[in-house]
Amino acid sequence: MSEPTIVRSTRGSRIAASAVLVLVAAIAAAPWWANSADLRLITEILFFLALASMWNLLAGYAGLISVGQHAYVGLGGYMMFSCVLFWGMNPLWSIPLAGLLAAAVSVPVAWLVFRLKGAYFAIGTWVVAEVFRLLAAQMSSLGGGSGLSIPVSAMRALGGRTERELLIYFTAFALSLGTLLLIWLVLRSRVGLALTAIRDNEVASSSLGVRIGRIKLGVYVLVAALTAMLGALIFVTKLRISPDAAFSMNDWTVFVIFIVVIGGIGTLEGPIIGTLLYFLLREFLADLGAVYLLILGAMAIAIMLVAPRGLWGLIVTKWDFAVFPVGYRVRMPRD
Amino acid sequence: MALLGLDSLRKSYGALAVTQDFSLQVEAGDLVGILGPNGAGKTTLFNLITGTVRPDSGRVQFDGRDVTTVDASQRCHMGIARSFQVPHPFVGMTVYENILVGATFGRGAGDPRRRALDVMQQTGMAARANTLAGSLTLLDRKRLEMARALAADPKLLLLDEIAGGLTDSECVSLLETIRDIHATGVTIIWIEHVVHALMSVAKRLVVVDFGRKVIEGVPAEVMASSAVKSIYMGEDALD
Repeated sequence: MSEPTIVRSTRGSRIAASAVLVLVAAIAAAPWWANSADLRLITEILFFLALASMWNLLAGYAGLISVGQHAYVGLGGYMMFSCVLFWGMNPLWSIPLAGLLAAAVSVPVAWLVFRLKGAYFAIGTWVVAEVFRLLAAQMSSLGGGSGLSIPVSAMRALGGRTERELLIYFTAFALSLGTLLLIWLVLRSRVGLALTAIRDNEVASSSLGVRIGRIKLGVYVLVAALTAMLGALIFVTKLRISPDAAFSMNDWTVFVIFIVVIGGIGTLEGPIIGTLLYFLLREFLADLGAVYLLILGAMAIAIMLVAPRGLWGLIVTKWDFAVFPVGYRVRMPRD
Repeated sequence: MALLGLDSLRKSYGALAVTQDFSLQVEAGDLVGILGPNGAGKTTLFNLITGTVRPDSGRVQFDGRDVTTVDASQRCHMGIARSFQVPHPFVGMTVYENILVGATFGRGAGDPRRRALDVMQQTGMAARANTLAGSLTLLDRKRLEMARALAADPKLLLLDEIAGGLTDSECVSLLETIRDIHATGVTIIWIEHVVHALMSVAKRLVVVDFGRKVIEGVPAEVMASSAVKSIYMGEDALD
């Protein structure tokens, strides 16, 4: 009798992967089929795809229910402005610096908030974000409470109008899909096995040798760095920054949580479905004003009641299927 | 030198003392059974040995080292693994993946995938390899607890009530598995209410009540002792 083997993809997931590749190619070619307004929309979708996937890694896998990720979006945005205003840098080159700064800042923040558990941790992260916002409002050289715009000269450094739009689009494309790819690779690795175990049961994971504290810290720092890099780029597209916009809990945390929860927390596919649904709703309902937010809230509650594991959770419980497989399947030899 | 040494352990939750002045030595290669009524503090004892809970005072020695302040994951690297009385499966992972976690992060050297496959066959879980642990029956969850712990390649394996609810033939096959594991040189401490199962494999029995060690010794002698009779049948039984 031959030995059983371990496989990491199924026929279904390989077919899905080809479909995803086609889709990615279509997104990459968007500048040739979409107009400026569509490009901006796609860029924004890509941003939220990355933000949601990162929050999912943090909360859905590592169990770190942070409601203060806007701290790092804002930090990245302000880092970009500092680089441009004080050191005359090209706005796009500030992105890696924003990542490094956020990684450095997130370590002492983690030291502080990791002492708190559960709801207290969530509130702690929120307070940290609020402190960041207040600090930003104190910096008069960065516009204080009212904010400021990117100097025209800094944007001209990125080339003419068309060239600039292309450059920003492809940076957003690379950064967002790169983030998704990185998360997928992390989850497929040894660390991913540990994270999936932590997601399901922390006590059991630690008694089986998983170093929970170390892995949580690693995920927190990684997500902080990537969030800040994205934040820097987001404010390149917005051209203007203010403490309220940079550290907006609604924009960078609440909507992101909505996306992850309706899509399916603790799965790679969930945040993707959630992002698409969120933008569909927004395109159709944005004109309704405050009613739009009421509908979003009602939907979130309804989905939590009917499908606590989100829309993708409904699919996964019915069929053992993954578009981005991270697991291990045993194939028994036929005898 | 004993493999495991517990030295005057104390643990209280508020006014409730769950472990009181508990000392125990377990030699390498031993198979110790732990008996005691519900709420006697048996599972707390396991929590103290694995590091899930820290004692208020006293020391835990393992393999020649004081591990009192070492956390659970590092104790697992050193060679302590356990099954939980109330199963703690990774519900969103398959049986194989559950076992793979133990094989990957435990003490074991070599290829974890290979080891997880071997353990899965040894513990009779192979037929459920790709089943999500969340959809297993209670019995299979208990079996998975043992398989996962075993995959961590422990020197000391702690089993917490894994025989309850088994049919006679299932119990026989479980005892066979435990004997096999013990024969490979793994030291075992087993908490169990199913006394006949425990008696048939344990080399030594320890009886615990109200967080204290009541008696310890050869199984037949312990079971015949007046202390055990009074715990299980009341003081009147002694008359």
